Amino acid sequence: MKKFAKIDKDRLLLGIAAPVLAVVAALVVTALVLLATGKEPFKAFQIMVSYGFKSDSQVFILNEATTYYLAGLAVAIGFRMNLFNIGVDGQYRMGAFFGAVVGGMVTLPSFLEIPLIIVVSMVVAAAWSAIAGFLKVGRGVSEVIATIMLNSIATAVISYLLQPGRLAHLNSNTNSVYTTMLPKSAWFFTMTTNPAAGPIEGFIVIAVLAGVAYWFVLSRTRFGFDLRTVGQSESAAEASGVNVKKMIVTSMIISGALAGLVGMPALLNEAHTYSDEFPTGIGFIGIAVALLGRNHPVGIGIGALLWAFLDRTSNWLEFNGYDKEIVGVIQGVIVLCVVIAYEVVRRYGLGRQQRKVGEELAAAASLKTVEKAEVTA
Amino acid sequence: MELKGITKRFPGVVANHDIDITVRRGIVHALVGENGAGKSTLMKILYGMQKPDEGTIAVDGEQVSFSNPGDAIVRGIGMVHQHFMLADNLTVLENVVLGSEKLYGIGTKARAKITEISDAYGLNVRPDVLVEDLGVADRQRVEILKVLYRGARTLILDEPTAVLVPQEVDALFDNLRELKAEGLTVIFISHKLGEVLSVADEITVIRRGTTVGTADPKTITTKQLAELMVGSELPSPETRESTVTDVPMLQVDGLKLTAPDQDGVERTVLDDIALTIHKGEVLGIAGVEGNGQAELVEAIMGMRAPDAGVLTLDGRDISRTPTRKRREDGIGYIPEDRHRHGLLLEAPLWENRILGHVTEKPNSKGALLDPAAARRDTERIVAEYDVRTPGIDVTAASLSGGNQQKLIVGREMSHQPKLLIAAHPTRGVDVGAQAQIWDQIREARREGLAVLLISADLDELIGLSDCLRVMFRGRLVADADPATITPEELGSAMTGASSGHLEHAAAGAVTGTARDTAVSDTASDTAGGED
Repeated sequence: MKKFAKIDKDRLLLGIAAPVLAVVAALVVTALVLLATGKEPFKAFQIMVSYGFKSDSQVFILNEATTYYLAGLAVAIGFRMNLFNIGVDGQYRMGAFFGAVVGGMVTLPSFLEIPLIIVVSMVVAAAWSAIAGFLKVGRGVSEVIATIMLNSIATAVISYLLQPGRLAHLNSNTNSVYTTMLPKSAWFFTMTTNPAAGPIEGFIVIAVLAGVAYWFVLSRTRFGFDLRTVGQSESAAEASGVNVKKMIVTSMIISGALAGLVGMPALLNEAHTYSDEFPTGIGFIGIAVALLGRNHPVGIGIGALLWAFLDRTSNWLEFNGYDKEIVGVIQGVIVLCVVIAYEVVRRYGLGRQQRKVGEELAAAASLKTVEKAEVTA
Repeated sequence: MELKGITKRFPGVVANHDIDITVRRGIVHALVGENGAGKSTLMKILYGMQKPDEGTIAVDGEQVSFSNPGDAIVRGIGMVHQHFMLADNLTVLENVVLGSEKLYGIGTKARAKITEISDAYGLNVRPDVLVEDLGVADRQRVEILKVLYRGARTLILDEPTAVLVPQEVDALFDNLRELKAEGLTVIFISHKLGEVLSVADEITVIRRGTTVGTADPKTITTKQLAELMVGSELPSPETRESTVTDVPMLQVDGLKLTAPDQDGVERTVLDDIALTIHKGEVLGIAGVEGNGQAELVEAIMGMRAPDAGVLTLDGRDISRTPTRKRREDGIGYIPEDRHRHGLLLEAPLWENRILGHVTEKPNSKGALLDPAAARRDTERIVAEYDVRTPGIDVTAASLSGGNQQKLIVGREMSHQPKLLIAAHPTRGVDVGAQAQIWDQIREARREGLAVLLISADLDELIGLSDCLRVMFRGRLVADADPATITPEELGSAMTGASSGHLEHAAAGAVTGTARDTAVSDTASDTAGGED
């Protein structure tokens, strides 16, 4: 049994190695970039760390990470299936928009109003994602292409509907358009730990629950096993009795449903309306976060926190005379490094394990022959 | 050519160590060893595809070091791979000149050279035919010509007979003798001992990654050679007493399947297949690969939807049931390509134990997995089926082919199948594991299992089966009694030369439309069979 524990520990170490390697490599590259622009790199890192750990920064980071985490989960479900759902972006915006519209139309007690908005958002986002799933299964359209197109269409649909006289109102002071404000009953709870730092959004609880559900479904249920099987080998999955086409559609729907949660913190905890200032582009951050977290629920959490940390500190860097874009460079470099480091570590791990197994078996075999020789002697 | 002390460490598979081989000019030198002994690795080293960790290679007394196949070609060493590397949509001429346009151009000069080589060695290659229109044997000749065209004086042939039927093997050997007569050297890799004895001038035996000796084909017998190769007494696939009952387990009736080929043209791949396998019966299907065997298996497994036909398993119509239900109902499946269809290579063994049986005990309870029980059962399979592994948490990819196969067999047998589909169950498996897998199939058959056996190893087919059918171009064209048929007769039927009921020529009565009963004596014995 000791032997197994050792192999597991190795695997854990290798699992951590990739993201650590990636972040370190990204820091080195960034330091070089900073040096090239004539700035002192370690000062910049120091500024980032000291500012990033202030308590108001911490709250900001947690709130930001909640959204990123949900986006990361939505993308990761696809990744586990070998599907690249680039469309989380369009899906969450469609979901949040229609959630906001429906929420603005009715006023119900909180325990009905909030679930109603969430369910509407998830259903709309899932339906939007399902289009890509059906196109892939029925017509062989790559989900990458389909979801990119659906993102553009989502943008167009929302800007068409988000106009005064259609589903939105004009705020004549700020000249922005927004959907009917949600009633107070649709406001999600917040938690305040330090009044100066602002409240932590309650949706973080939902995000954690979603992470637990993600882990449980994937690693503890038959359905999750089938899903992972398809992701690892479509041919083996088919031979094992999984209906691969059905699984593609199902997982696109689940990925989309999770994407439906992405816009909820912004809607229920922050803005309480869908306006033309509603955050966009989170789906793409989700891709980076899922890659960074290696599709593991805890890893995605760390990735989301790191991303939020970088977001937060970029503003402060600018304030200190650094170029804000440097953080963009770090983020980009991290994603690249993760992709490379992940593959390098994976190959190394596989080769290492094969070698180990070979060695152990050879050792066992030679031991046996020695024993035999002794017996015959 | 001389190889000394070649050592290659390689993850997961048998490493080459201390290999010493001397090959003289102008002879056919055979390299024999069981699957996984390290023959192919050695040849890749010789051909520059891999670098040895230790040891030296000398050609004509001069020490050389190859870092890619180009270096080997320059030294006059060429390789004919087991899997052909030809572009189907190009002509023979185009395939030959591809990549060597500098030698003789791509026009008349090249054509003349090809004809010249073809005539010189009796290869009968027609330069302007499309490769897709060629049969397997013709393609192989094109491969040989390709190598000669590049100026090779030493040819390495990696398992050249694996894809050929016995008659084609004879033709190949005639070509090899021509090459030898012209002073070329041939290194011939095989594990079919009869063939080796008939064509080789010298034999080197490889066992567990190292050279264990040389043999003179004039004096050694197949049996002695096999024992040298395996290092012990040989197993045989023979089944002794019959356990066939008259209770049908699987009935296939009027099965038809069409599928688009590479050009998108719909072709019939299964044509009116009808067969019945009874409880306790092993039905063997012989056929050159690509004649519809894979499609038949996939149709029975439910992985392909047939155009017509009825499948009945144990009295119940399963024609429309999905794959998972068929597996739950008792079809066990040992797939032809275990990496594609039988395993999740990067998943641990215990997850591979769940694969294909996720809805069954002990793998799950209701909708939830039961990892603890699955792991316990994996431990049991590893112990009972002698899967050599340090633990059940290693990935399937780190096991050798034979151990992967033992895991698959163990898994499929653990669910008390009523019908076992065994497609090439011992391909790429070492002799020890082979014997074990045969034992398990025999054992299960005694307990009433029905087996559909598909194999390219004719001795395995004849030895294990209770009843044989021959498949050719999607049809079951002939049947035979494994008790009397010889591999040569079966091989001839596999080329489509004979049909109906095949009977052993010695018995006199040749019925049906059997025309070709010319039995050559160049035995095609494999390691598994004895004379």
